[in-house]
Amino acid sequence: MSEFRHPLKKAMGHGSAGDGVGHWWAQRFSALLLIGLTVWLIWALTRLAGADHGSAAAFLGSPFNATMAILFMVAGFYHGQLGLQVIIEDYVHRRAAEVALIVIVKALALFGAVLSVLAVLKLALGV
Amino acid sequence: MATDNRPLSPHLQVYRPQLTSVMSFTHRTCGMLLSLGMVMAVVWLLALASGEEAFQTVNGWLAHPLGLAALLVWTASLYYHFLNGIRHLLWDSGLLLDLKGAYASGWTVLVLTVVLTAITWGGLL
Repeated sequence: MSEFRHPLKKAMGHGSAGDGVGHWWAQRFSALLLIGLTVWLIWALTRLAGADHGSAAAFLGSPFNATMAILFMVAGFYHGQLGLQVIIEDYVHRRAAEVALIVIVKALALFGAVLSVLAVLKLALGV
Repeated sequence: MATDNRPLSPHLQVYRPQLTSVMSFTHRTCGMLLSLGMVMAVVWLLALASGEEAFQTVNGWLAHPLGLAALLVWTASLYYHFLNGIRHLLWDSGLLLDLKGAYASGWTVLVLTVVLTAITWGGLL
């Protein structure tokens, strides 16, 4: 059966995809946070380069550095999965593969973020 | 509606590369490399949290010539994405949108990426 309704009629009023604006703002907010966190990261890495296990663990276990490390890893994974999602949407044209890849990327980002939080907490709390 | 076999508009290969398009492409490439770097960061944090032996193993990988090369690429990608990201945020605020501003900020990002990467590694070596 042929489709009589004009495609434009189906698209109008729904925006481009429905949720692009939220994604756009989320990427910019996390980018702003990451400006400050990256400055900390570069400073921290110059301190950590060549450090032995004891001093590296003590450095990242301090309340300030542990907080900054957790914030960097969480904001970094969040910002990264938003960016990878757009790249997948742009270049993977088979819908099933596109959705599968996006789900995998988001699941791995969540996994990595939780792993890093627990690793840093272990250092900070000394358990 | 069938979405395969639709005609495509002229794409990358018909254009001479410009600074602006190459830098846009590089921003994405660096973003993907930094995502891989996040995986390595998790491995490093887990090693640090699990003990001295694991920590030395992972640091041994990073001290290997291939590890050092990866770290160098990661450092340059971090500086590039950081600086060019700020350039994007300025564009989003309505600044530097003319050709002159786009090119001047583009060259600034490239020069600062090289300088900061050199300073970082010069300080370490």
